Amino acid sequence: MKTVINNYIREGMFPNIWCPGCGNGIVLGAIIRAIDDLNWDKDKIVAVSGIGCSSRITGYVDFCTMNTTHGRALPFATGIKMANPDLKVIVVMGDGDCSAIGGNHFIHAARRNIDLTAIIINNMIYGMTGGQYSPLTPTGKFGSTAPYGNIDQSFDLCELAIAAGASYVARGTVYNPRQSTSLIKNALDKKGFSVVEIISDCPVSYGKMNKMKSPVDMLKWIKDITVSKKVWEGLSPDEKKEKYAIGEFLSKDRPDYTELYEEIIKKAQERGGNK
Amino acid sequence: MKQKKLLEVYQNNSVKISVRREWCKSCGICIEFCPKDVLVPDDQQKPIPENIDACIKCGLCELRCPDFAITVEGVEEKDE
Repeated sequence: MKTVINNYIREGMFPNIWCPGCGNGIVLGAIIRAIDDLNWDKDKIVAVSGIGCSSRITGYVDFCTMNTTHGRALPFATGIKMANPDLKVIVVMGDGDCSAIGGNHFIHAARRNIDLTAIIINNMIYGMTGGQYSPLTPTGKFGSTAPYGNIDQSFDLCELAIAAGASYVARGTVYNPRQSTSLIKNALDKKGFSVVEIISDCPVSYGKMNKMKSPVDMLKWIKDITVSKKVWEGLSPDEKKEKYAIGEFLSKDRPDYTELYEEIIKKAQERGGNK
Repeated sequence: MKQKKLLEVYQNNSVKISVRREWCKSCGICIEFCPKDVLVPDDQQKPIPENIDACIKCGLCELRCPDFAITVEGVEEKDE
């Protein structure tokens, strides 16, 4: 049973470490299929991750990979891209990794519009450490640190990325793997900072505390809470609180950071700087 | 009872469904979301394509499998 997947994974590391039904594996499949569609050279791709369940992805893919410190995947990736702009750099983060510990790095990477692809696997909780609520846990949902319900308002990561200046912003889910694959493909292909948020399931931490014990229940829930962008626009403000829009939100062209940096180098050299 | 192999291949004249049992973690996603109810769970909750003739090769089980444990391939019909 050889498929495209087998060409891009480190087979000796399988079966993967994730819990049964974890969405990380579905996202990993979507990333690999998107890269296969683009026909990229494996040795020209760098996958960077931080800390968390999602960050295990870099251990399974047969690219150049780097597993870094918590929340700092984007700064490391920025360094790699600046050192060698020919590399394709993919950053895989979880919701806590990206929006809490690495929140500042996320908005500044978007502001600079550096040519990276950030894939955020949003399972709405800190799964690895026992189910603490994250900045993306919806209001009213439960976590081990919110046993009576979460009172915080959650981030809308896509709107945050648009406001901060990203070039490409989209949201998919693990229930819709085909759509997620095409969104990731568009994001990889886009010059500039691209963000794809994938709504994922964590049956063990999130599901257990929110009355969805099986992966199947969680996927059904994801199906219920997501609507296409078109349907979303027609909803009343109250209905919008309960739902997530999925699809492509933004795709614009803006000069990316490495291009601008090249120009600065040229300018400095013309003025007689170090050659 | 017959011991199942690590890789079980089921085939009819139009489709070949392979289940890599050593990677499967019995999450049940492929079985629940198959639009044609092709798959049924065995005693370990791993999928068996009992209803393989109903398969339309949509590939959703393969795309949604978090463990890359199931694949669906079309079988080319041979001219006779």
